[in-house]
Parts: sequence; structure tokens; C-alpha cells
Amino acid sequence: MIVTNVNHVPGRKILEHYGIVQGSTVRAKHVGRDIMASFKNLVGGELKGYTELLQEAREEATQRMTTQARQLGANAVINVRFATSSVAQGAAELFAYGTAVLVE
Amino acid sequence: MEFIVNHLDLSLFAVLVTVGYAAGTFAERRHYASILTRERAQRQFQVMNAEAYFAEGRVKNSFMVSGSAVISIDYFKRLLAILRNIFGGRVKAYESLVDRARREAILRMKEEALTRGADMVVNLRLETAAIGNAANRRGRIGSVEVLAYGTAVTLNKT
Repeated sequence: MIVTNVNHVPGRKILEHYGIVQGSTVRAKHVGRDIMASFKNLVGGELKGYTELLQEAREEATQRMTTQARQLGANAVINVRFATSSVAQGAAELFAYGTAVLVE
Repeated sequence: MEFIVNHLDLSLFAVLVTVGYAAGTFAERRHYASILTRERAQRQFQVMNAEAYFAEGRVKNSFMVSGSAVISIDYFKRLLAILRNIFGGRVKAYESLVDRARREAILRMKEEALTRGADMVVNLRLETAAIGNAANRRGRIGSVEVLAYGTAVTLNKT
């Protein structure tokens, strides 16, 4: 599965469009990480726990998106965009969407 | 001594501000030093935020790369920002926060692209989100997440 965020696949010709595919996941971190983060909030700096969590979540969202594309018979997803929103206290939604296409 | 015991809340506040200032300033200075050396090391690597079109047969393959960083502000700077809200104007404390997060995210994306053998990154996009417990309460941003993503391209050597 080829995933790009440009509106074509560099070096390949697009044969067919299959429309929008998307994947999302809502994650919350466990209390331990939360406590660590609130300590870190005092001194500033990188919150490694959150970085990892969001990275994992984003991979999951991308995976769900590519699964959906595969079900449509596509072999690439183009023009992928990411979005983040915090839906509830301590939980974040990661969202990925793109266009499923068939390339040669 | 008696003063400290009698005004425990006040002394705790003073300690938090001092610790925040000292540790925050130190962390920021170290972070900027590391950002500068890494940016210098990677300056040959091309990244652009426009879409690129290549001649036929030029591109070997392409894949997506991303990098992200969650950076939090310290207690002292948060206080500064609250004070700044009264008078208005540039909030320098937050400016350096988002600047650091953005540059760090781009650097991480470049590192991923380099380790996976890419020659350049096209169509870079940046996404910023306020996260953490305070994200839902208006006007209380504690930490920001910046995500940088783009399409890495491997070229055929001519």
C-alpha cells in the first residue's frame, strides 16, 4: 500500500479513483502518564509519554484508513491529511483521511 | 522560618515559580542548542512544502513520513502569559514554545526520511493541536503538539 500526501503518486499513473477513505482512533493515556505529565508541566519541556501515545494512535488511524482502502480494491492512498482534536478531558482523537486510488 | 510555616501556600507558589523558571530556562536553552546542531547537520536534505512533479522514470518510490513533538510550558512562563493576557501584546513565552515544537517535529520527520533512505521530502504540512488536561478549558493551553508530515521520495540515480 502506497501512502502519500501529494495529489498523485510520484512516478506512477493513476488508473482509477475510489473516493474518500478514513480512519480514526480516540485514545486516553493512563493515570501514571497523566501524573508524570502534570509534574513535567511545572518545569516545561517535552512530554515523551504523550508524543509516543499520539504517534502510536496516528499509526493506528493510518492503518484503519489503509484497511478501508484495501477493502475497496485500491493499492494506494493519496492526498492524506491528519487532524487532531481533544474530545474529552485527557482523551484525544486522531483522524486520517485520504483518497483511495488504483495505480499501475 | 515562622513566615514560611505561616504562609505555606505562598511559599509553595514561590518555590514552584523558581523551580519552573530555573528548570524551564535550562531545558529551553539545551533544546535550542540541540535543534541548531541537528538543523545544521541536515541542511543538505531538501524539504519543500509545494507539490513536486518529476520527469518520468525519475522516481523510484515514495512513502509518507511524519514526526511529532509534544512540548509543555513551565510554571513561570505560564504565569507570564497570564499576566500578558491583562495588558495584551506579544506573548514571547508561547512563541518560543510553538517554535521549538515545530522545529523539533520537522527535524524528526527529516530523521525518519533519512533513515528510510529518501532523497527529498515534498508537500510538507504542519498541524498544531493544544493537548493535555487544560486543553478543553478556554485560554489555558499547557502543552502543544506539532505534527509534521510529508511525502518522502526516493530518486533513481542518473
